[in-house]
Amino acid sequence: MLQMSSWQRVMILLTVLVGLALALPNGFYPTVEKHNDAVTALDAGAAATPELTADAAGWPGFLPSGLVNLGLDLRGGAHLLAEVNVEDVYDSRMDGYWPEVRDALRDARDTVGTIRRQNAAPGTLSVKISNPAGMQEAIRLVRELATPVVSLTGAGSNDIEVSGQGDILTVTLSDAERVATDDRTMQQSLEIIRRRVDEAGTREPTIQRQGDRRILIQVPGIGSATELKELIGTTAKLTFHPVITRTTNPNERVSGRQILVPSIDPQEQGTFYILEQTPVVTGEDLANAQPAFDQNGSPSVTFRFDTSGGRKFGIFTSENVGAPFAIVLDNEVISAPVIREAILGGSGQISGNFTVEESTNLAVLLRAGALPAEMTFLEERTVGPELGQDSIDAGKIACIIAFIGVLVFMFFSYGTFGIFANIALIINVGLIFGLLSLIGATLTLPGIAGIVLTIGMAVDANVLVFERIREELKTSKGPARAIELGYEKALSAILDANVTTFIVAVILFVMGSGPVRGFSVTLGLGIMTSVFTAIYVTRLIIVFWFERRRPKQIEV
Amino acid sequence: MRLKLVPSETSWDFFGKWKLWLGISAVLIVIGFASFLIQGLNYGIDFRGGTTIRTESAQPVDVAAYRAALEPAGLGDVSITEVFDPTFADDQNVAMVRIEAQEGDESVTAETIAAVEAALQTVDPQISFPSVESVGPKVSGELIQTAAIAVILAITAVLIYIWLRFEWQFAVGAVIALVHDVVLTLGIFSELQIKFDLAIIAALLTIVGYSINDTVVVFDRVRENLRKYKTKDLSEVLNLSINETLSRTMMTSVTTLLALIALFVLGGDVIRGFVFAMIWGIIVGTYSSIFVASTILLFLGVKRDWSKKDPNAGGQYANIDA
Repeated sequence: MLQMSSWQRVMILLTVLVGLALALPNGFYPTVEKHNDAVTALDAGAAATPELTADAAGWPGFLPSGLVNLGLDLRGGAHLLAEVNVEDVYDSRMDGYWPEVRDALRDARDTVGTIRRQNAAPGTLSVKISNPAGMQEAIRLVRELATPVVSLTGAGSNDIEVSGQGDILTVTLSDAERVATDDRTMQQSLEIIRRRVDEAGTREPTIQRQGDRRILIQVPGIGSATELKELIGTTAKLTFHPVITRTTNPNERVSGRQILVPSIDPQEQGTFYILEQTPVVTGEDLANAQPAFDQNGSPSVTFRFDTSGGRKFGIFTSENVGAPFAIVLDNEVISAPVIREAILGGSGQISGNFTVEESTNLAVLLRAGALPAEMTFLEERTVGPELGQDSIDAGKIACIIAFIGVLVFMFFSYGTFGIFANIALIINVGLIFGLLSLIGATLTLPGIAGIVLTIGMAVDANVLVFERIREELKTSKGPARAIELGYEKALSAILDANVTTFIVAVILFVMGSGPVRGFSVTLGLGIMTSVFTAIYVTRLIIVFWFERRRPKQIEV
Repeated sequence: MRLKLVPSETSWDFFGKWKLWLGISAVLIVIGFASFLIQGLNYGIDFRGGTTIRTESAQPVDVAAYRAALEPAGLGDVSITEVFDPTFADDQNVAMVRIEAQEGDESVTAETIAAVEAALQTVDPQISFPSVESVGPKVSGELIQTAAIAVILAITAVLIYIWLRFEWQFAVGAVIALVHDVVLTLGIFSELQIKFDLAIIAALLTIVGYSINDTVVVFDRVRENLRKYKTKDLSEVLNLSINETLSRTMMTSVTTLLALIALFVLGGDVIRGFVFAMIWGIIVGTYSSIFVASTILLFLGVKRDWSKKDPNAGGQYANIDA
């Protein structure tokens, strides 16, 4: 018979209530958003200003306050897909190895003779030894420097590979170490981008790793992708190098282990510095950086080294009093002051030709740290907030019209049962929003289309049942039995039909990105909620109705 | 009084003119395919790289002046189209400027975009740029590959699922109907040169989902009727099943179309292409689940008498889906 146990009824009602409660905040989007911001600010220890308290009190704390995130195409903002040139790091890893290799070989001078670092392909350290007969010994010594790779996949292998040919000893990173290094580079890049975006104070940015060497950055509310690119695209690699000489010839030939770097000081236009390639200290040795003004009153950045950086810098300056050193930012010399006295305090000041804004930015970038490698931008999108608002408005109207159209149509087609289906449909849309808020999904423009499509398709399960009940009524089994049989027999069609569509939604989710993924989420959730409402909610309504009325005849 | 899309009892013959129906489908597929081969799809920047800039101004759009302003920049193929939409306000004049991917650049540089914006501002000082999108050739190549894989994966997954739940003949019928829908959708996009971008792939996959949904409902009834009427001809059973489910098929298509048409008219120009693909797909999908999938099934024939163990079919699990 047409029966449902009380616990089933309670469970269904409870699920619906919880779902609708979760959806509720989205009906009061601006209020809840302010409430959430205020609560976060207060939790973070902000002073309780009257506005903050008022905003926080704007939405009762016992109600759910999760909101559907609006995607960039709805809220406006910038989207970037960057590829990290992970190979950049191999070079500096090799530079880091050089002193150790040098010291190890120097101790064995008797067998290997004198040593000299050669220019080599990127990511390779190559050393010439004057006594080729000692190559075996040299290789053995350098191999001893190797350390095991610390990673799951690379376990058991060493970080460097050493080989020798003639009088040239070559050191490269092993494959396992390259994988591990790439991974670290990506982690660092992600972390640094996150810090920079956070320093800029935008809300709810998405910073995700995609694949082996890509990073997706989405920042709502930022003016343009160009602005975002300036913030995160600058490597901000700060290094201090000993100066060898100056020149005005941009094609000046430099000997090995030296670099030619242009000056960006307008007073030194056309000047190039020849510098030692290996820096004395780098931005990684910085403990802090702040915008300031120098003694002439022009904007500058003061910085402080950490302990080891301060020590290295102190030793270097005390040994080179009277000689110039160059401050290099992203392969350009900002300035090349002469060392007047040993700088032992571990702090200093960079004066260049900065504007106040530039010095502030530079300080932010230096504090956040340099990106370990350069990035190439593969994809960038900017959506203005007005366009987003237009899309939301259009989507809203379309949703409402679609909704009304389907409601009216269902009523005229199925009468009382149509009303039941309509109640279920309204609950269904509520549940979709509830679930979207619960999992913190992002609603995009195609996502709205997904909801509209679900509105259209959600009635399908009900239609299947109702049509089946109609058929069963023809064979005059009495209303209760017909309804029961209708549900029973329609079930396999409902399940098969929805499982196949769900498979498609899952594939879309896995393969898709951005807006497509947003669409797949609403489509997938819509399928789940529509099956739930058709099988349980409409049925419960029909059961309630049937128990009250006890109709002898029904018309579907 | 009830609104009925189809009479409550129908016994229309859907297979009498099967040659005509399959003929129509074949002709449409050939046209679509030819169009696809000859003029190809009008790929958006998602798939071929480049930059699109959406402009908006209170001044009317003057395509010729825009073009003249961009000429000196030497950006290669620049396409400028004005966008019309009923949702726009009277003083809202929108155009799309598309610049092809620049030689050697992974993504269009900020300088290029700034130059284009400056050039357009000399034509119309009030112009604003509500959206700027730029995709490098590297990513666009991958996107098209992923999209193709997604469609093929979806179709394969559906094939396997139906095979497990029904019989292989059903799966083949359903998948041919699916391919039919996908090809016709690609065909109309090529024929009308509607912009084909990433969102259209989502639409395409939804069509796959929707069309299969329809087909499965019919097949489910076929499966049931095959057990019920063991002596009837397959064609009779198929016809009966389609007639029995016709009312539902029409109801669902109409409600879905109602919702989509609302979105098509009122949803704004940004997703119009996307919604168009779905509307088309639902019409084609409904048609194909009645005329294509079932006709294929009729040709392939089905193993009858599901209740008894088929001596030829191996394994005790052969009837697990019954």
